[in-house]
Amino acid sequence: MELLPNITVNHYLGLSVLLFCLGAFGVLYKRNAIIMFMCVELMLNAVNLSLVAFSKMWGGTDAQVFVFFIMVVAAAEVAVGLAILMMLYRNQHTTDTDVLNKMKG
Amino acid sequence: MLTEYTFWFLSFLAVFSAFAVILSRNPVHSVLYLILTFFSIAGHYFLLNAQFLAAVHIIVYAGAIMVLFLYVVMMLNLNQAEPQRTSAWAKFLGAGAAGILMLVMIAVIRKAEQGTPAGLPVNAGTVENLGITLYRDFLLPFELASVLFLGAMVGAVYLSKKEIT
Repeated sequence: MELLPNITVNHYLGLSVLLFCLGAFGVLYKRNAIIMFMCVELMLNAVNLSLVAFSKMWGGTDAQVFVFFIMVVAAAEVAVGLAILMMLYRNQHTTDTDVLNKMKG
Repeated sequence: MLTEYTFWFLSFLAVFSAFAVILSRNPVHSVLYLILTFFSIAGHYFLLNAQFLAAVHIIVYAGAIMVLFLYVVMMLNLNQAEPQRTSAWAKFLGAGAAGILMLVMIAVIRKAEQGTPAGLPVNAGTVENLGITLYRDFLLPFELASVLFLGAMVGAVYLSKKEIT
């Protein structure tokens, strides 16, 4: 199924997988909590891209509405998450996840 | 022909700047590269006839979310590169886990059976069609999203108070 000339839906899925795994790699690799948040955003966007490609493939609008809801959840998550990070930084003076291990048990 | 080249250019730009987000030491550079990634994804939305979604993506992500990130990086004064204390073993494990995840997903996509799309006329990305779908079929989730935003706003304001213990 060609979405564009010579570009099939598999091209878009491959790009989406690549971006998603880069985001997952960033979450595992980085120690700064803010960068980890940004990598989570990258993963959400990879999923959005595949949803839009499916929307074009099937000619419907439902997938694009789902992308809207993912954006809503991402915005709410960023607002609360950054507030938590600010509070953590105020109390602990770091955002390094190697230092923030009080709940390790 | 032109759209094909545009696709490859935007894909390369997205993957390159995603790598740069992870590998750059300075958090401000990471934020700027992530904005570049979002712009190239918005370009992909334009290519896929989702114009309204592309505009909303740029407004919400590049306009609101990344500005919030930039403010937090600025307020926490993280813009000098800090030394990475992670052990090489943890980095290796992270790269291995992400690589294996990518291999599994690519294998699944290659094995997946392609459906036969209905071949509908594609003008799905216009405001009119999106609005009809959003306000007719997804009205309840739309209203619930406002409750979610209210909760997130109250939570963010409460967490940002000074005298929290």
